[in-house]
Amino acid sequence: MTKPEAPVLLEVQGLHASVAGVPILKGIDFTVRAGEVHAIMGPNGSGKSTFSKVLAGHPAYEITAGTARFQGQDLLALDAEERARAGFFLSFQYPIEVPGVANAQFLRLAYNTVQGARGKDELDPLEFDDFVREKMKLLEMDPAFLDRSVNAGFSGGEKKRNEILQMALLEPTLAFLDETDSGLDIDALRIVANGVNHLRSDRNAIVMVTHYQRLLNYITPDFVHVMDGGRLVKTGGKELALELEARGYDWIQKQAA
Amino acid sequence: MDGQAQGSFLATLLSTEGAGEARQWLKVLRAEALERANALSVPTTRDEDWRFTDLSPLYRLSLRTPAAQATADITPHLIAEAGVTLVFVNGGFREDLSRGLAGSGLECVRLRGAFADADWISAHLGRIAAVGQDAFTAANTAAMQDALALRVPRGRRLDTPLHCLFLTIEGGVLTQPRVLLVAEPGSDAMIMEDHVGVTDAAYCTNGVVEIAVGENAEVRHVRLQREGKAAYHIGTSAAAVARDGRYRNWSVAFGARLSRHNAHVRQDGPGTHFEMDGLALLAHRQLADTHSFIDHAAPHGTSRQLHKCVVADGAHAVFNGRILVREGAQRTDSAQESRNLLLSDKAKVDTKPQLEIFADDVKCAHGATVGQLEAEEVFYLRSRGLSEPVARNLLTYAFAADIVDRIPVPSLVRVLRARIIERTGGPEIP
Repeated sequence: MTKPEAPVLLEVQGLHASVAGVPILKGIDFTVRAGEVHAIMGPNGSGKSTFSKVLAGHPAYEITAGTARFQGQDLLALDAEERARAGFFLSFQYPIEVPGVANAQFLRLAYNTVQGARGKDELDPLEFDDFVREKMKLLEMDPAFLDRSVNAGFSGGEKKRNEILQMALLEPTLAFLDETDSGLDIDALRIVANGVNHLRSDRNAIVMVTHYQRLLNYITPDFVHVMDGGRLVKTGGKELALELEARGYDWIQKQAA
Repeated sequence: MDGQAQGSFLATLLSTEGAGEARQWLKVLRAEALERANALSVPTTRDEDWRFTDLSPLYRLSLRTPAAQATADITPHLIAEAGVTLVFVNGGFREDLSRGLAGSGLECVRLRGAFADADWISAHLGRIAAVGQDAFTAANTAAMQDALALRVPRGRRLDTPLHCLFLTIEGGVLTQPRVLLVAEPGSDAMIMEDHVGVTDAAYCTNGVVEIAVGENAEVRHVRLQREGKAAYHIGTSAAAVARDGRYRNWSVAFGARLSRHNAHVRQDGPGTHFEMDGLALLAHRQLADTHSFIDHAAPHGTSRQLHKCVVADGAHAVFNGRILVREGAQRTDSAQESRNLLLSDKAKVDTKPQLEIFADDVKCAHGATVGQLEAEEVFYLRSRGLSEPVARNLLTYAFAADIVDRIPVPSLVRVLRARIIERTGGPEIP
């Protein structure tokens, strides 16, 4: 998949970020080109989730140094919603529940908001219904999920499928999948991974943030990075994930020290 | 506190002109209530139960007991699903505006003049809403002159909900509506108690609804307080539930300048089930005070209560949720939650769960939260492209709609959702 001449989608340089005065990210350099699949692995507390949230525009994090350019734009200057409209997507580790708002209503609101911002056609409820049902087939989701409240009472697997459904609707150029595999059984994992694979193209890119090598059996990465102490300390091919699974993180932490 | 204003307000409350002839037991009931009301007088903020709810502006109002028979258009207030609609205008029952009684299976007795007396009335009227320490219930009972007693016969199921519309159409009046609903053993009914004001001038409602739920009967009770914006609303709804009976209540308050709802449920036999969901949606300078009292007096009772307040501007919400588990009420399973959302720095909530347990084998949980929208929730919606105001409105809407969506009357859910959208601005669907 990787092509050195493919356009750069994301270029992060020397990124430092802290929350409530505590530094979490301590100098990250990271480049993603169109068509690539990356995996960022690392022990708990290494800063993986923070990195995703910082790029998605979570207001709790303060950027203390560094830059992030997304398709030539200064990503860090944009609000979270502007990043989403520009084509950045984050699949949440813990999607929130919105009782009282039907999933269909929410999905259409998000879809039309993003479409409008991109100068594309919005869909009325009937058109959207047809459109979203097609996308749901990809994730083997029961149409009944359209009438239920957003994520309310969904199982872990259902929430993750709903996340990938949103990815399918919003058609991001760059998607970060934060711990998309945690809490999923093998069947749910296979369905979610199939969905993601269907959405891959040579014009977009995917970054999986994960504890576990298991997901990478289903979505094959071009690059595997190890994060530790708020920095990317090692980069390799997909074989690195297998090595991490077998050997843990200690040896890398020693190398990096 | 202005003692003179209190005195003259009490006198208005207790004016019983035109009460006419009445059954002996009813005369006794009224006389006892009158004595009690005079002894208690009306409350001030020095009374523990009224600490946060200052009625002194009400006492300074000059109110009159309304004359009967004003014309009123009830069409905008009808609820599509209702089979029977019983209309009160300015507190007086209006047979001419009511509809649907014939063939409904519901028996209706108007307690006025020489009404048809019956044991099912005298056994319950004034026995469920205890006069006790409550001057307003006492006053309502003492002044009772045009109450309705309703009966769902044994084993009978009302196919459609019953709508009691309490409509106030002019300012300056004091209305004291009173309804008793008796659901006999094995019966099933839904009542919608609906307080509506169509005047922007100040008035006062002091209503009492009593509900007797018979053995293994079920009553679903929707209570809507959508009084006029300058209104003072004081209302008691009290249910007594016999063995294996079920009582579900959904209370939504968004009207009135000041409102107080006393919601009492008493367990009269083992194996009962109570559900109480409440929502107060407040803005401007409104105050809404809910005092609930769930009285577990027999074994194997369950109760579930969720009360939510959404408070904007300089409004003030009060919730006092008392749960009493009496000695002998073993294996009671009770859960209560008070959740409050403040939308401005000046908005205020006073919430107080009050759990009193005198049995040793029980499961009781309660919790209260007061706060603003979770940053994590706002971020989630923004990460899907929604602007921050849209995200906030949507979450506020969702917080409130969660209660409204539980009401099993679709047309009412639509109307109430629209009211929430008016108040919260969301969700804006493009």
